Amino acid sequence: MNIELLNQASAFICQEADMLDHGEYAEWLALWEDKGLYIVPINPDETDFANTLNYACDDAKMRSLRVARLGSGESISTSPAPRTIRSVSRFRILADDGTTVTVRCAQNLREFRKEIQKHYTANLTYTLVRTGDAEGDSFRIQQKVVRLLNASDALQCIGYIP
Amino acid sequence: MTSQTTSKGHTLADLVQHDRVHTSLYTDPAIFEDEMEKVFANTWVWVAHASEIPEAGSYKTGYIGRQPVVTVRDRKQQVHVLLNRCRHRAATVCEGHKGKTNSFVCPYHGWSYSLDGALRGVPSPESYGDLLDKADYPLVKLRVEEYAGMIFATFKDDIEPLVDFLGPAKKWMDLFMKQGGGFPIKVGGEHRFRFPGNWKIQLENTTDAYHFPLVHKSFLSSVDKQTEEMLDFVEGPGFVEDLGNGHSVMVMIPDLVDLEANLDAPIPERFAALAEELRADYPEDQVRRIVRAVGGSGFNLNIFPNIACSMAFFRVLRPVSVTETEIHHAVITMDGGPEAGNRARLRMHEHFQGPMGFGTPDDSEAWERVQKGSNAGTDQWILLNRGLAKEQETADGRRSDVSAETGMRAAYRQWKKLMTA
Repeated sequence: MNIELLNQASAFICQEADMLDHGEYAEWLALWEDKGLYIVPINPDETDFANTLNYACDDAKMRSLRVARLGSGESISTSPAPRTIRSVSRFRILADDGTTVTVRCAQNLREFRKEIQKHYTANLTYTLVRTGDAEGDSFRIQQKVVRLLNASDALQCIGYIP
Repeated sequence: MTSQTTSKGHTLADLVQHDRVHTSLYTDPAIFEDEMEKVFANTWVWVAHASEIPEAGSYKTGYIGRQPVVTVRDRKQQVHVLLNRCRHRAATVCEGHKGKTNSFVCPYHGWSYSLDGALRGVPSPESYGDLLDKADYPLVKLRVEEYAGMIFATFKDDIEPLVDFLGPAKKWMDLFMKQGGGFPIKVGGEHRFRFPGNWKIQLENTTDAYHFPLVHKSFLSSVDKQTEEMLDFVEGPGFVEDLGNGHSVMVMIPDLVDLEANLDAPIPERFAALAEELRADYPEDQVRRIVRAVGGSGFNLNIFPNIACSMAFFRVLRPVSVTETEIHHAVITMDGGPEAGNRARLRMHEHFQGPMGFGTPDDSEAWERVQKGSNAGTDQWILLNRGLAKEQETADGRRSDVSAETGMRAAYRQWKKLMTA
């Protein structure tokens, strides 16, 4: 097992989680490849995201629109904004071709907004591209797939970026 | 409700006036119980689109009111709507949302039923002697009728045929189905979510143009200028029309009522790239037809009590309790149509609809706040008099401006008719 790679990947993903929990959306957008896709599928077994209906299938434009909406104050479902705390763990490197690394981990996310706390659990699968940068931000996100444990059930509305 | 008088001393009939309804319609558990019987078990209720059960053995589970049902296509292509309960000791015989099966087998004692509901086999039948004639115990079958691919069921054998129930709504269904762009339309998946509020709050919303610029401000900020102008319809030339039997249509964008008209009009900027992609495989007239269909219809057709043909999707409503409702937003795609066109439909649906869309969560928040606010006051009313001043009789019913509450008044008039019958 390549512990160094595991540490690098998990450090990157923990940092991303912390950005999302603390509303650092400009920094979060900068983590992405231009052609990157952020996907929340309905069927956790789905692989053809482009030709199926998802909860979200965001390219760069949609990611920035989603971020703008969260901060706009124009949306009653995100004002006040939900608070979130997510824990990521159980990291595993699924593939590494020297350029891109595929990582899977578990995410436990708790959300609180207006008297109600909710709990969403998900498998996260990242395709990360090595940037060759030794300064710590050593990856860019090419794809992030958030497979919610209860994705195939009727959900309640999600006013943040899971 | 056993008596016709509520705890506030109103009769059930008094709760619905021509210009207002009583708040207890959102909050009274006894009224909800009554609705399950007098509305949902007493009229035509939508259960599926034909494309959701495409082949012999295809099924879809669901609910009529709170009663679990299975909609299934048998080997002769006939559609059945069956109560999802074994005739022996009541266990459901089919789980899962959609799928394909050869038969329905109860997991408890193994009673098995064919696709048309007939009881086929009972394990170890000897113990019954001659007490059990299988012909007496099929799955309970509802009356089923279909129009424009929309499958409805009812518990009532003595109510009018579906086509009569739909009446003038039929022509709007025909118009809506033109968004196949020349291909059959197909349900291509759905978003399902729940909100903590009464089902009629959602029923009203499908015929409520008034909320759009305010509640959906953040969505409007996320689209191009041309689309934003198209969706600026509250003071525009659209209208709402009461179509009878609780149904209504809200025309927001009159230009997009008939998707096969105006095919020579310029292609909107947002579809320019799609049109260019389609030109590789289709002649120009078909490209225009497909692109116009991809954009969706300019109206919402609200069919009482549980289904709407809403711009580019089906909105399905399921009452869970007096203060909880489940909504399905089913995306419509072109069966056998261009993948690029269908992908555009999917991405547009994701943009607005569902629990992570830019529109639905704000609707859901507004509905939740209606339910919360409904707990204030002891004897308050919900106002439904918007557009009443200019409402006029038409051949199909009554019509007023696009942000009139005419469609809500239509739905509540039918509610009152069913609840006080």
